[in-house]
Amino acid sequence: MNSAAIFPARSGLVARAVDWMIRHPAMFTFLMVLPISLWLGIVYIGSLIALLMQSFFSIDEFSGVIVKEFTLGTYAELLRPANFDIILRTILMAALVTLASAVIAFPIAYYAARYAKGKWKALFYIGIMLPLWSSYLVKVYAWKLVLAKEGILTWIFEKLHLSWLLDGILSLPVIGGNSLSVSYLGTFIVFIYIWLPYMIIPVQAALERVPGAMLEAASDLGATPRQSFRMVLFPLALPGIIAGSIFTFSLTLGDYIIPQIIGSGRLFIGQAVYVQQGTAGNIPLAAAFTVVPIVIMGVYLWGARKMGAFDAL
Amino acid sequence: MHSEKRAPLALKLAAAGGLVFLLAPIALIFVYAFTTEEKSFRWPPPGLTTKWLGVTLGRADVWEALGLSLKVAAISTSIALVLGTMTAAAVARSRFFGRETISLLVILPIALPGIITGISLRSAFSLLEIPFSTWTIVLGHATFCIVVVYNNAVARFRRTSGALIDAAMDLGADGLQTFRLVILPNIGTALLAGGMLAFALSFDEVIVTTFTAGNQSTLPIWMLEELIRPRQRPVTNVVAMAVVLVTVIPILAAYWLTKEGEHTDGAEK
Repeated sequence: MNSAAIFPARSGLVARAVDWMIRHPAMFTFLMVLPISLWLGIVYIGSLIALLMQSFFSIDEFSGVIVKEFTLGTYAELLRPANFDIILRTILMAALVTLASAVIAFPIAYYAARYAKGKWKALFYIGIMLPLWSSYLVKVYAWKLVLAKEGILTWIFEKLHLSWLLDGILSLPVIGGNSLSVSYLGTFIVFIYIWLPYMIIPVQAALERVPGAMLEAASDLGATPRQSFRMVLFPLALPGIIAGSIFTFSLTLGDYIIPQIIGSGRLFIGQAVYVQQGTAGNIPLAAAFTVVPIVIMGVYLWGARKMGAFDAL
Repeated sequence: MHSEKRAPLALKLAAAGGLVFLLAPIALIFVYAFTTEEKSFRWPPPGLTTKWLGVTLGRADVWEALGLSLKVAAISTSIALVLGTMTAAAVARSRFFGRETISLLVILPIALPGIITGISLRSAFSLLEIPFSTWTIVLGHATFCIVVVYNNAVARFRRTSGALIDAAMDLGADGLQTFRLVILPNIGTALLAGGMLAFALSFDEVIVTTFTAGNQSTLPIWMLEELIRPRQRPVTNVVAMAVVLVTVIPILAAYWLTKEGEHTDGAEK
């Protein structure tokens, strides 16, 4: 249409607005980030701040009315043994789940990244993607089927004549219980299962970037497989593991559904928040509980950033 | 060639064990959908029947929950596509004050546990006296859907050369033409992938939804109620199988579609 090097100004409101934006890149940027800033910066952060402020209020124990005066009393309540146990239990579970996920994810990710070819590559892809994309609740439900006392796991142990082993594990103090579906061990297994793909994917991505020649060089230079794992492979996979651990750790900290459906009935932070804001109506205490994972994840993300985990996401 | 090397046996076993761990529970869902057992999770199933498929198809509450879930997921994904792409365009193409803050802000809703997003939105709704509705659910979902679209789009924008856009403009395309004919075809597949992921996230979300839904049931909320207070186990079994099927088909389709490209990638190495 136009053959001149400098075009005349176009007519039409939209065209003129677009042209104007292109000549003012700063304005363009501003307009592009305005909606997200309003949405996340005001609606989301605003809600978070409103919630945090409520944690400095307290609840009148007799009337159940929220007293809108500044106090640190609600935070002091977190230190009460009953509440502090909940926090410790959740952090310990999140740490163990993260550690176990990393250990289980590594061989899967490594095999998929380095050895799997053709049909096997497809199987690994489906094996990782299917559990990742499947409905969270369906997965939890599947484990309710697996772990039930009358379920398949008990049956397998029976067929292998290992019932004594299962009974032995279940009779262990703390982690055991009446059946796997009402024990800490059950909660632990289900947490690992649900978050495992979130660990495999970043680890696999990190491992795929490791040139095979580098490992060959390590062994040519006399490293044992163990040494080349410890000194070459693991350090290169570490940002991926940390990236994965952000998911496994954070998701375990906040989950209140898995321990509610498969677990011993003792509360985790998520459940405590749910109970406090719901049936107990104690929003200040619920808010104070939510501050715990926020602080932990803040420190965690800061540390992960330092270690370059965001580049592996 | 390293690719010709065989994997150590221990690695093979660990990887195969991992695969069984990942896939077996899902396979189990398919068996239970046909069991004749109604009261417990007994294995092996005493008998097989297709009766419950029909019963589930006739359940109005299941259809209603499914409808709401699809609606919420569609709206949330649309919002996320627009906001995520805009933010990605700004962050990838220019450096500005607060750029780091924006990229952190976008990650926050998935980095923080869902329960925090849920409870803070709920208390904000109650402070502002906003009644629960489909829109309060959408608001919660869009908040964490933005990040997946953003992540996909920002990666693609970084790989797309800015010179392409300059060239289009130099050749006389206006802003909208440049967007439609140059930018969109370049980022299209990234948006499709991000959009699919956002849709799946929203369709499946339960934690934030329990706080923002009021009396309405999305499909995950329906499932959750059945899990906590099982009323009809066989119907739940069938719904679970249907949900798995709905997720398997797109994954297989995506795999077959991208397979060609993967072969070319491999050939270049």
